[in-house]
Amino acid sequence: MLTNLKLQLLHMTWKHFFTSSIGKKLIMGLTGLFLILFLIVHCGLNAMIYFNDSGETFNHWAHFMGSNLIIRVMEIGLFAGILLHIIQGLMLWVQNSRARPVNYAMNRAPANGKWYSRSMGLLGTLILLFLVMHIYHFWTPSRLGGIAGIHALQETRLGAEYNGQEVHDLYAEMLVVFQNNLWVVIVYVLGVIALFWHLLHGFQSAFQTFGINHKRYTPIIKGLGVAYSVLICLLFASMPVSMYLRWIK
Amino acid sequence: MEHYNMNLTLKVWKQKNSKEKGNFETYQVNDISSEMSFLEMFDVLNERLIKEGKEPIAFDHDCREGICGSCSMHINGKAHGPWEKNTTCQLHMRAFKDGDTIVVEPWRARAFPVIKDLVVDRSAFDRIIQAGGYISVNTGNAVDANAIPINKKDADHSFMAAACIGCGACVAACKNGSAMLFVSAKVSQLALLPQGAPEKRSRVLDMVAQMDKEGFGNCTNTYACEAECPKGISVDNIARMNREYLSAGISSE
Repeated sequence: MLTNLKLQLLHMTWKHFFTSSIGKKLIMGLTGLFLILFLIVHCGLNAMIYFNDSGETFNHWAHFMGSNLIIRVMEIGLFAGILLHIIQGLMLWVQNSRARPVNYAMNRAPANGKWYSRSMGLLGTLILLFLVMHIYHFWTPSRLGGIAGIHALQETRLGAEYNGQEVHDLYAEMLVVFQNNLWVVIVYVLGVIALFWHLLHGFQSAFQTFGINHKRYTPIIKGLGVAYSVLICLLFASMPVSMYLRWIK
Repeated sequence: MEHYNMNLTLKVWKQKNSKEKGNFETYQVNDISSEMSFLEMFDVLNERLIKEGKEPIAFDHDCREGICGSCSMHINGKAHGPWEKNTTCQLHMRAFKDGDTIVVEPWRARAFPVIKDLVVDRSAFDRIIQAGGYISVNTGNAVDANAIPINKKDADHSFMAAACIGCGACVAACKNGSAMLFVSAKVSQLALLPQGAPEKRSRVLDMVAQMDKEGFGNCTNTYACEAECPKGISVDNIARMNREYLSAGISSE
C-alpha cells in the first residue's frame, strides 16, 4: 500500500530538471547571461587601449588578469560556461530540427518574427569560428608563449630596454595582429556583427526563459539589452579598426 | 465589401497515410465567391472531385465558427492563412484575388503526424492535458459561483489563457515545432486561479514532461507562436509556465 502511494508521488531528479525542455533553456539562459557579464569585463579592460599610452594602462590590467590566481580560476569557469553554452546550443539545434522532419514548401517566417531570433544557431556558429581565431591570436600566446613577430616588435618598441626577455606584452600582440592585416580586421568586425545580433536576441530572451515577463520590467530589460548590445559591439569593433588606422599606436 | 468571383490555382498537399510520402497536387477552381469561407471553397472543390470519381481532399473541420480548434491548414506559408487572429474556417475568400495561386499544407511537426492529406494527428495535445490539465473538484452539490473571491486581473488573465482552442497553430508556426504556447496557456488558466492550487506543482512538471515525451521541439523565444495564434494567446503565458516550472522543479522532491 505504502509503496503504491510512493509511486504516485512526484519524483523530480536534477537530471529530469536540467534535461527537460525548460531546464535546457535555463542552462542556455544562465550561461548566456554569465557570458554577457564576462563581455562587460573583457570590453572594459580592452578599452584601456584608448588611453593611447603605448599600452601601458592596458598591459598593466592584462598582466593583472593573466597573473591573478582568482582570475585564473574564474577563467576555468569561463571556458566551462562557453563550452556548456555551445554544447547545449548544438543539442537544442539537433532536437529542434528533428521536431520538424518535413519542411514547409512555403513558409512566410519573416511575417511572424525577427530573423536574428530564428538564426541564433547560425550566429552562434559564426561567433564560434571567430572565437577559434581570436583565442589563437591572443589567449594562446599570452598564456602559452609568444607568436612570431612579438619579439621583433618588442625590440623596436622598447629599443635598448628590450633584452630578449619574455615581456608579457599583450598590447604588442594586438598591434601585430591588427596593424598590418586588413583581412583580420574585417574578420573581427564581422565576428562582432554576428555577436551583436546574437546578443540582441539573447539578452532579452534569457529573462523570458527565467520567467520574467512583466509590464513594467520587460520594457526596461529590452531597452537595456539593446543598449548593451550596441555599446559593447561598437566598442569591440572600434578596437581593431583604430589600431589598423593608427589612431592608437 | 463588394462581391466578386475569382478563379484560383490550388496547390494542395496530398498524402495517402502517415507512412507514405506525400506530394503537391494542383487544382483549378473557378467561380469562387468572395463571400465563401476558405473551407466552403474546399467543399466546392471536393464535390466536383467526387462527381468526377476522384478522391476528395481530406481536411479537419467541425464548428466552422472559429471556436473548436479543428481546422488546421497552413495557407500560403502561414498557419490559418493571411489574416491575423483568425482560424481557417473564418478566413474568407475576399482575402484572395482572381488568378491567385494558393499553397495549402498540413501542420508540419514530428509530434503531429499526417493521417491523410491535410489532416494531422493532434492527440499529443490530449495526452498533455491528461497529464495535468485538470483540477480536483469535490463531489456533491455545485458550489455557489462566486464563493471564492478571485482578483479581477487574475480572472481576466486566466480567461485570456483559456481562450486557447488547442488548434496547434503555435506548433505549426514555430521553427522548432515547440508546443510551449499551448501548454503554457493550459498551465496558466489553472495556475492563476485558487481552484488550480492543489495541483500547482505536479501539473506543470507532468505536463512539461509529457510535452517533451511527445517529441515537440524546444522554445527559443522567437514568438512566432503568438504572431500566428488565432486566439492571440500571449507569450506572457510561456514566462509564467517557466516560472511555475522552475519553482516547482526546485522545490519538489
